[in-house]
Amino acid sequence: MTEPVDGDRGFGGLKLVPRTDAKQTMKDFKSDQEVRWCPGCGDYAILAAFQSFLPELGVPRENIVIVSGIGCSSRFPYYLDTYGFHSIHGRAPAIATGLASSRPDLSVWVITGDGDGLSIGGNHLIHALRRNVNINILLFNNRIYGLTKGQYSPTSEQGMITKSTPMGSLDNPFNPISLALGAEATFVARTIDSDRKHLQSVLRAAADHEGASFIEIYQNCPIFNDDAFEPLKDASVRDDHILRLEHGEPIKFGADGGKGLKPTPYGTPEVVDVATAGEDGLLVHDAHVDDPAYAFALSRLDGPGFPHTPIGVFRSVERPTYDAQMSAQVDEARERQGEGELGALLASGDTWQVG
Amino acid sequence: MTKQVQQLDRVIIRFAGDSGDGMQLTGDRFTQETASFGNDLSTLPNFPAEIRAPAGTLPGVSSFQLHFADHDIMTPGDAPNVLVAMNPAALKANLGDLPRGADLIANTDEFTKRNLSKVGYETNPLEDDSLSEFRVHAVPLTSLTVKALEDFEISKKDAERAKNMFALGLLSWLYNRPTEGTLRFLESKFAKKPEILKSNVAAFQAGWNYGETTEAFSVSYEIKPAVLPPGTYRNITGNLALSYGLIAGSRLSGRPLFLGSYPITPASDILHELSRHKKFGVRTFQAEDEIAGVGAALGAAFGGSLGVTTTSGPGMALKAETIGLGVSVELPLIVVDVQRAGPSTGMPTKTEQADLLQAMFGRNGESPVPVIAPRSPSDCFDAAIEAVRIATKYRTPVVLLSDGYLANGSEPWRLPEVSELPDITVADAAEPNGEDGAFLPFKRDPETLARPWAVPGTAGLEHRIGGIEKSDVDGNISYSPSNHDRMVRLRQAKIDGIANDIEPLEVDDPHDDTKVLVLGWGGTYGSIGAAVRRIRRAGGKVAQAHLRHLNPFPANLGEVLGRYDKVLVPEINLGQLALLLRGRFLVDVIGYNRVRGLPFKAEELAGVIQDVIDSD
Repeated sequence: MTEPVDGDRGFGGLKLVPRTDAKQTMKDFKSDQEVRWCPGCGDYAILAAFQSFLPELGVPRENIVIVSGIGCSSRFPYYLDTYGFHSIHGRAPAIATGLASSRPDLSVWVITGDGDGLSIGGNHLIHALRRNVNINILLFNNRIYGLTKGQYSPTSEQGMITKSTPMGSLDNPFNPISLALGAEATFVARTIDSDRKHLQSVLRAAADHEGASFIEIYQNCPIFNDDAFEPLKDASVRDDHILRLEHGEPIKFGADGGKGLKPTPYGTPEVVDVATAGEDGLLVHDAHVDDPAYAFALSRLDGPGFPHTPIGVFRSVERPTYDAQMSAQVDEARERQGEGELGALLASGDTWQVG
Repeated sequence: MTKQVQQLDRVIIRFAGDSGDGMQLTGDRFTQETASFGNDLSTLPNFPAEIRAPAGTLPGVSSFQLHFADHDIMTPGDAPNVLVAMNPAALKANLGDLPRGADLIANTDEFTKRNLSKVGYETNPLEDDSLSEFRVHAVPLTSLTVKALEDFEISKKDAERAKNMFALGLLSWLYNRPTEGTLRFLESKFAKKPEILKSNVAAFQAGWNYGETTEAFSVSYEIKPAVLPPGTYRNITGNLALSYGLIAGSRLSGRPLFLGSYPITPASDILHELSRHKKFGVRTFQAEDEIAGVGAALGAAFGGSLGVTTTSGPGMALKAETIGLGVSVELPLIVVDVQRAGPSTGMPTKTEQADLLQAMFGRNGESPVPVIAPRSPSDCFDAAIEAVRIATKYRTPVVLLSDGYLANGSEPWRLPEVSELPDITVADAAEPNGEDGAFLPFKRDPETLARPWAVPGTAGLEHRIGGIEKSDVDGNISYSPSNHDRMVRLRQAKIDGIANDIEPLEVDDPHDDTKVLVLGWGGTYGSIGAAVRRIRRAGGKVAQAHLRHLNPFPANLGEVLGRYDKVLVPEINLGQLALLLRGRFLVDVIGYNRVRGLPFKAEELAGVIQDVIDSD
């Protein structure tokens, strides 16, 4: 995890956001609107985790803004008693960029899905990440189009039978973590809807990050893609699949921590038995490695069937944020040239007098 | 040798050459000299979209036309009195516009066999008698320039490149232009390249001296300063005036300017200009695409900024969904469309007025937006302020329809007194507007029908907005049939009501019992005005009116239309305003439509008006 910049509060991404000492509870962040997702939808769990996490930030409700696109997950802002903007398909990162770059005093959260964020809005997502705008992007990945009733998405596995692919999907899916790392995102993490504790730990780390943070949340769609993440949820097998990334800790997994990762000179780390390889030979996770190749290699461990699925913070590095630099240019211009004076602007260049 | 000086009341000069010959710069410098001398003027740059088309070819020809006079003028002129042709291609591309008796200054050095054959000349037109109806001045501009610079330590290529300064010097002598401005300009442009500076200054002076000392030119001309209203003037292009108008709108409304934009011809200059004015608190965001540009602007507007996006026709098409979102969430947004010839990529550097219906209707659903069009380059300043006023007061996207002709054309502009500019401050919502401290984000101002602009950071006003239909007053999601009908009508009524908050349409009609009205909009104002003057000078009667507000129309438009037997509507499209007028007022307006990528000529329009007057 990144070191807290503002030690008093502990959230590096909120340095310019006002704080409140008033006691807040989850209830303060619930809006009066009835939640209308399907019964059993993973979005409920994410919403509850988010609502109960927000008081931790110590930010007044009015300084929190949730911006979303279109899709099931994008209904999220209606259920939070903060400022919210349910926008249009795929464009939330762009709208949030304008808001965050003009209002550094706001904590801006983008809610998107695999269709919204990776298909129609893929371009905005990668550009927001490369610019490092101080926003937090939560991508709910259920590997299906839900709101349009069950077409394959850009994260659906190849061969998936859906309404629009009766003979199986031909598309090679995106790995959202690899994509975000390819865009050189400064903060990249993955978590799971049903693991509230882990989800909130990732949210906390994202809020602590100054710049764009990208969180992929594996989210179950009980109607169109039920149990898509079952290997990661079934208590009897999940420990064989999930690799919990903890900064500074050796990467171990398996029911008794018997498996681990060993670095290889090139590419993806190798899965080894800890007993054979020894603790000292294990890969120790370092989220602060500047070269995104390391985190990218970890991201490639995942695949269809979830052979080895890392969750947690893949990468968290420091880079100046877009909005802070934009403000700095405005400040510098004012410092060097003085505050703009309209009359002088209009009369700049060659002028002449008549009469 | 003292030469004769002849008085003229107006001149139209066209500089034409290869894209790499520096014709735009030459024209611009001549314009600045002319402006500071005090003539009234109007300019028409005309250049290819290609940055450097193959040298010496017709597609590579770039030109700059300047009309200047000792009286007030309205257009860059129909046909040049003087053509400066830097090569055979420039001659061939522009000869058709040259009236009998015009002066032609040709750079003979470039009239080589190879260059002549590139554009299909079998013989050299300067040497056969094909140009006998013109006054041809054959000047070896390139070799004279190279000779003048032989003592400088610069390459032959650099010496040849200074030929445009030689031409500028010659023309400056010919029309007795002041030269201090150009010398100052060169000093600043080449401050870091002293040898290039000296050679350009020398080329400029050599051109001047050539005019004064050789017998090639026996007469020079003087055009007295125009009598213009007192004040401080500068020359200004439409894109620059529009940029200043946006900055002024930001200042006058008390809203920081946020521009989200993607580069596109001919609108990019506004992005460039605004990015230079950060000391005014201007934030410019060059987005990944047109959609992100307008999206970021709308996001900034949600945060209380003056959100602006700038584009041209193809970009407008991409922004449509976000503008619709702006209509639905009722936030202020300025959408500048500098129209160019379409459809699709069309002709990026050529002008057109064919985005009016796109601005009006190019979105799904009932999605009304105010549409405002400036009439001249300097009017872009006032039109931009008006767009900001309406957008912020009514919480709506506003489309500002400039065009390529206004954007790049220039004219003298009398600077307004800043203290006389309108106060268009709009307050943020500060406190709850419902019972028991509730905030109702769609509770409207009864007069304007605008909803509160409640920006994040304001305690007690937390609310959610979105593109889904909202319940009247409380703004919650609603699929109620009657509510949707009400909201559609409320949004329409809000825009329609702006008609009561704009200036009535003024009609210029000095006569009684005038039968014909010419009604235009946008960049055709100058051409129509010049045509109307011609008709009146010849004793004809015609009324002129020009629409700045295309949506809503001024409240008195129907009454104005009813006053005249015939209404002529010239447009650089196939009749888009005409369609709106017919649909709205059931008036059988007469269209005159040409889409050539160029402004109308005054003579052409005068003929059309006369035909309408003469027809029964």
